[in-house]
Amino acid sequence: MAHHGEQHYNLEQRFDFTAATKKSIMTVLVIGAILLGIGIVLAMTGGGHHEEAGEAGGHAFHWYERLYANLWINNVFFTGIAIVGVFFFAIQFAAQAGWSTPLLRVMLSFGNWLPIAGILMIATFFLANHDLFHWTHAYLFDKNDPQYDSIIDGKGSFFYWPMEKGTFPIFYVARMVIFFGFWVFFFNKFKQISAQEDQLGGTSHWFKMRSWAAYFLVFFAVSSSISAWDWVMSIDTHWFSTLFGWYVFASWFVSGLSAITLLTIFLKGKGYLEMINQNHIHDLGKFVFGFSIFWTYLWFSQFLLIYYANIPEETVYFVERLTSDVYGPFIFVNIGLNFFLPFLVLMTRDAKRHGIFLKVVCSILLVGHWIDFFLMIQPGTLGHNGGIGFMEVGMFLVYGSLVTLVVLGGLAKKNLIAKNHPMLEESYHHHI
Amino acid sequence: MEKDTHFILGVYDDEDVLLHAVEEVRGSGVRIHEVYSPYPVHGLEHVLGYKRTRLPIAAFLFGMLGTTLALTMQFYMMRFDWPMIIGGKDYAAFPDFIPVSFELTVLLASFGMVSVFMISSNLKPWAQPRIFDVRSTDDKHIMAIDIANNSALEVEKIKEILKSSGATEVNKKSFE
Repeated sequence: MAHHGEQHYNLEQRFDFTAATKKSIMTVLVIGAILLGIGIVLAMTGGGHHEEAGEAGGHAFHWYERLYANLWINNVFFTGIAIVGVFFFAIQFAAQAGWSTPLLRVMLSFGNWLPIAGILMIATFFLANHDLFHWTHAYLFDKNDPQYDSIIDGKGSFFYWPMEKGTFPIFYVARMVIFFGFWVFFFNKFKQISAQEDQLGGTSHWFKMRSWAAYFLVFFAVSSSISAWDWVMSIDTHWFSTLFGWYVFASWFVSGLSAITLLTIFLKGKGYLEMINQNHIHDLGKFVFGFSIFWTYLWFSQFLLIYYANIPEETVYFVERLTSDVYGPFIFVNIGLNFFLPFLVLMTRDAKRHGIFLKVVCSILLVGHWIDFFLMIQPGTLGHNGGIGFMEVGMFLVYGSLVTLVVLGGLAKKNLIAKNHPMLEESYHHHI
Repeated sequence: MEKDTHFILGVYDDEDVLLHAVEEVRGSGVRIHEVYSPYPVHGLEHVLGYKRTRLPIAAFLFGMLGTTLALTMQFYMMRFDWPMIIGGKDYAAFPDFIPVSFELTVLLASFGMVSVFMISSNLKPWAQPRIFDVRSTDDKHIMAIDIANNSALEVEKIKEILKSSGATEVNKKSFE
């Protein structure tokens, strides 16, 4: 209180991506790679349950299927964090928010992962193909084949249109390319307008950014939902849930917000972002708290309706998970880490205003939502051959450290603060 | 002297002067009873040294009460009072209880919080508010000082402190 008059902050600050920081991230990367290597060797020698799979009439299990499933989990999870950074940036402009101005470039920096995420996603799709996505088998659409599946045949056009079902999933691949293409386009557009604003100043860039943010939000509303059906829900091809898009979005959003909060606290700890005080941290904490409850609301809405209506074609999704020795416990871990923990720990005002609570909770939430995606993807692809072992932990660490390297590398290229943003002064006086 | 009956009132007509005056008056050892202002003055509760409200604790406890009541009620009804099989589920099907538990938690938390606020702020419908100076509903900020609460200081001394802190008038006010 009573700090009237001009503040003098260093607006030309630039994040210095020091060799020491790089080295510690590389250490995590190497540890992850070693664990991943151990996991692969164990999977190759362990061999899974060949005989059982054979008896059940399914195909034999190969160790590389687990590798593909892991690639896919991390592709989807970290793509989410990257796009949510851009999404949260756009929200600030659509909502005409002033408090978050010094954090705008922190949010946007997560978008740096998007081009790589897109390449990895498309590559993994072509690499894994049948091993991840049951609907890619041509025989499902052949009426004369004994394994013809009328339900999947009915959904076939969603993947194959305008080509013949069972050939090349052009519609599916086109959507993937278009989504990533536009997301990267919008990310670059935001970066470009923000850089122009640094050079020229004035309010015109803010208005321009707001228009582009609005276009992006409309596109993201549609594309986030459809990408959830494509990349996650289509694994369990027979099954469907009408709120799945929102559910995946909520999981992405909480992960993204946690990542943004962690990066903010990290930068603050390094002495950057001087104008960020407890009030800004409090607001980030409120977002993490609120959207954790939002995630729970969607998770539970999906579960309760399926449980209550008790229609076999819907319940199969939860029966597969809850009755499994491998996945059953993780359902409760999922709810515990992603609902009870943030709900109880972040409920008080003090917890949201002090970095240490947020650091702990946000780190756990990142793991918790990774487990959420693990539960969405592994049961449908690996069945009882899945689980969390060396390979899962290793792959998560490898992806996590790569994303951190790319995001921090992108952040270091420009000034940390949008120094000519018209609402910068407002954010200095943010007080709640 | 009896407490809560005889007051010295400082009248201020500018909020910036008031904020500094509050700091000054408290700094010279005078205990302020209350400040009345026609509109919320940003930062006033801070300079007055008010403690943060404990209302969230009340909200949490009432919320917990709501959850407990809702779960007990549903469990008793569905398991003992009138057991029914619905949708092939067990009598006490826990997931079905969540929506009602959520609603009762929110209901009791908000009702409880409003009631506690009303009681602790003495906002009962039959409460007789004390008017220190009617101009505090128009264009003046009134700082009220309980004489009994400041027995260590002379009344004249307190008046002097108020004057020098920027009060345009200093009055006395007594209640029955």
